[in-house]
Amino acid sequence: MQASADSTLIAASASRRRRTAPSRLSWIGLAAVLVTLLALIPLGFILWVTVQTGWETATALIFRPRVGELLVNTLLLEVLAVPACAVLSVALAWLTERSDLPGARLWAWLCVAPLAVPAFIHSYAWVSIVPGLNGLSAGALVSVLAYFPFLYLPVSAALRRLDPALEDAAAALGHGPWSVFFRVVLPQLRLALCGGALLVGLHLLAEYGLFVFVRFDTFTTAIVDQFQSTFNGPAANMLAGVLIACCFALLALEMLARGDERYARVGFGAARRLVPASLGRATWPCLLLFALVALLSLGVPFYTIARWLLAGGLQVWRLDEISAALGHTTVLALGGALLATLAAIPMAWLSIRAPGRLQRVLEGCNYMVGALPGVVVALALVTLTVRYLLPLYQTLATILVAYMLMFLPRAIISLRASIAQAPVELEQAAMNLGRKPLDALWSTTIRLSAPGAAAGMALVALGILNELTATQMLAPNGTRTLALAFWAYSGEIDYAAAAPYALIMVAASLPLTWLLYVQSKKMAGQ
Amino acid sequence: MKSIISTPVLCALAAMLVAAPVMAQDREIVVYNAQHESLAKEWAAGFTRDTGIKVTLRNGSDSEFSNQIVAEGKASPADVFLTENSPAMTQVEQAGLFAQVDPDTLALVEDQYRPSSGQWIGIAARSTVFAYNKTKLTEDQLPKSLLDLADPQWKGRWGASPSGPDFQAIVSALLQLKGEEATAGWLKAMKANFKAYRGNNTVLKAVNTGEIDGGIIYHYYWFGDRARTAENSNEVELHYFRNGDPGAFVSISGGGVLASSKHPQEAQAFLKWIVGKAGQQVLRDGTSYEYTVGKGEASNAALVPLEDLQAPRIDPHTLNSRKVTDLMTDAGLL
Repeated sequence: MQASADSTLIAASASRRRRTAPSRLSWIGLAAVLVTLLALIPLGFILWVTVQTGWETATALIFRPRVGELLVNTLLLEVLAVPACAVLSVALAWLTERSDLPGARLWAWLCVAPLAVPAFIHSYAWVSIVPGLNGLSAGALVSVLAYFPFLYLPVSAALRRLDPALEDAAAALGHGPWSVFFRVVLPQLRLALCGGALLVGLHLLAEYGLFVFVRFDTFTTAIVDQFQSTFNGPAANMLAGVLIACCFALLALEMLARGDERYARVGFGAARRLVPASLGRATWPCLLLFALVALLSLGVPFYTIARWLLAGGLQVWRLDEISAALGHTTVLALGGALLATLAAIPMAWLSIRAPGRLQRVLEGCNYMVGALPGVVVALALVTLTVRYLLPLYQTLATILVAYMLMFLPRAIISLRASIAQAPVELEQAAMNLGRKPLDALWSTTIRLSAPGAAAGMALVALGILNELTATQMLAPNGTRTLALAFWAYSGEIDYAAAAPYALIMVAASLPLTWLLYVQSKKMAGQ
Repeated sequence: MKSIISTPVLCALAAMLVAAPVMAQDREIVVYNAQHESLAKEWAAGFTRDTGIKVTLRNGSDSEFSNQIVAEGKASPADVFLTENSPAMTQVEQAGLFAQVDPDTLALVEDQYRPSSGQWIGIAARSTVFAYNKTKLTEDQLPKSLLDLADPQWKGRWGASPSGPDFQAIVSALLQLKGEEATAGWLKAMKANFKAYRGNNTVLKAVNTGEIDGGIIYHYYWFGDRARTAENSNEVELHYFRNGDPGAFVSISGGGVLASSKHPQEAQAFLKWIVGKAGQQVLRDGTSYEYTVGKGEASNAALVPLEDLQAPRIDPHTLNSRKVTDLMTDAGLL
């Protein structure tokens, strides 16, 4: 006893000699490792179930025609929708950022606003207007309209930051405007394009509601089918395994496509102000393009919701049900956002204050798990809790953990940006003035990064607000979120009764989307 | 560590975790409900009004819940299990997880709508139909049997909702009547011939717009839509296969009390209420258009009487849900 107390003393004085930084680091490092281990549970569990199922059953369930069908569907969808999103976004972003398009700021906002409409509401609107809409082309069309802002945002931000000197040099060397665009501008957009395309691709893999409305089968819809027929049968787990492989393939593809060219500008001086290109006679066709995009991506959903609200009249406003759903959604969204942000603190802090190999591995793991579709995370957590952790089964704790795992990357990214802006000297000064390390951290850096934390929480809350599959599978008994209520009514083809929920979801998402828009402007220094 | 996670944050988290089990109070039961949400809500509201016992519904589908209950075992939070079709009931019964239904409750229901074991009880019934678009098909072009739909001449012309429990129950009847080999063959032909939808309502809607000539669904979707706006059924008529055909299958919706229920009395009372006068009246006068099963309880007058449907004689006990999902997974339908 005495010996151990002595050694503690020695350790304490030793750490004091090292100016206490390492002890704080190890606490935070430990927390980051714990969060990462938690994040790896769903992935590990699906793999473990696959191994447990046995080679013969597993191969029989993985190598069957149905899986091939789903694979072809998924591949075609990605190949059609992602490039279409990219081309559309580059065109829209160039016009809003680099040309003299009238009303460019308004159009720029209208290009981000479709994000406020959950993908399944886009789809609900389209099948209301064109009832026979179905299959691959319908899936691709609605996906492009719902997801192109994920590409528009980074591409327009990158365009805003470009140094026109490079373009001037190319032009001086005799390149025409198109040649300059393809040889100088486009390569500089590569990182933004890759990142945005990855995001769109992952959303396509994870989306459920959108594809159910247009009757297009993907791995996610097939897993939900299996879940509804067998709860957590082996076939669902095997499909989840293949879906995980698809996600990783996308991640790897993005890493390859990103390349390792340098795009930074070397030398002193600031970039010249951009001179907007004159559109001249092309102005009208360009305005028409924007009007068309806004009509299809915003007009259609808003028109449909308004139409069903009118048709439904007052009786679809069942206020007791709606307020209960609003309450449940708020608790889940706030709880999930809070948990995700708390869990993101150690990782975000490490990546700014103590970057290193361990930190890179941990962060990579977290992004990987964030890339997994909700249905996979939920399937793993349902099976795990019902088999081994019964007290946590069907509890709020489990569903909040699921949200945390799914949306952790959003929280980390936002937090990291504002921790980077908080000077480390403040932390050191606080400790010199006698605060304990964690206390010092809390009263300086964490407080200063509150704006980033708030932005991260808003993004996580937005994700939870629109989440359908994991909520369906993990919700505690009696829970009914806005998305679940919308889904239940639209499943019974009672589109009018579903409309109030659609309206509320869109109305709640709009401010969060605005925040996203403002944030992207700020990152580009405007 | 105390300082980094501030007290208000901790309190908020703790409060939410404590608030988690919304259930588990006295005089309150949890129902795993695979029946239509609107019908179950009406039953629950009526029961609460009459008895003061609160009902929490968890909504899902038949075999999702039966497999879930088996996975949960004795720890299941559910007190009562309600289904749309009987195969899921049989699965839970075979796992030994049901309590005996009270004898006076059993006495309220006709013999043919409950298993002799008395482990669960029929709460409603529904008939398989071929819903067809009357501008696309005349009466003499209709299929004589469910089996005819495997014929190449029906390629691309009919639809169903294979991921739904209703269709899976129909397949279980086919399996029971015609055997495994014939069923597997029929499912394979179906995969090549049919168009897949999610939900019987969606099938009905597609028949109405003429996307497909006909679809296999249950009768009440059509009656319900006709009673509302007829928006998805005004071009649709129903064809009953009759003659003991697998396609004339009448499915029994079941209700049972779990042996692990912590509120067995309240749970039994709920079941009794459903099959009793008040619960069956909801079926007769409400918007569900499902058949009643209670003794002396007439069905909605708009429906074709159950006795006239010439349904095949099938003991609900013999319907096997797991085999069906396996066969359908093999056929690439799931």
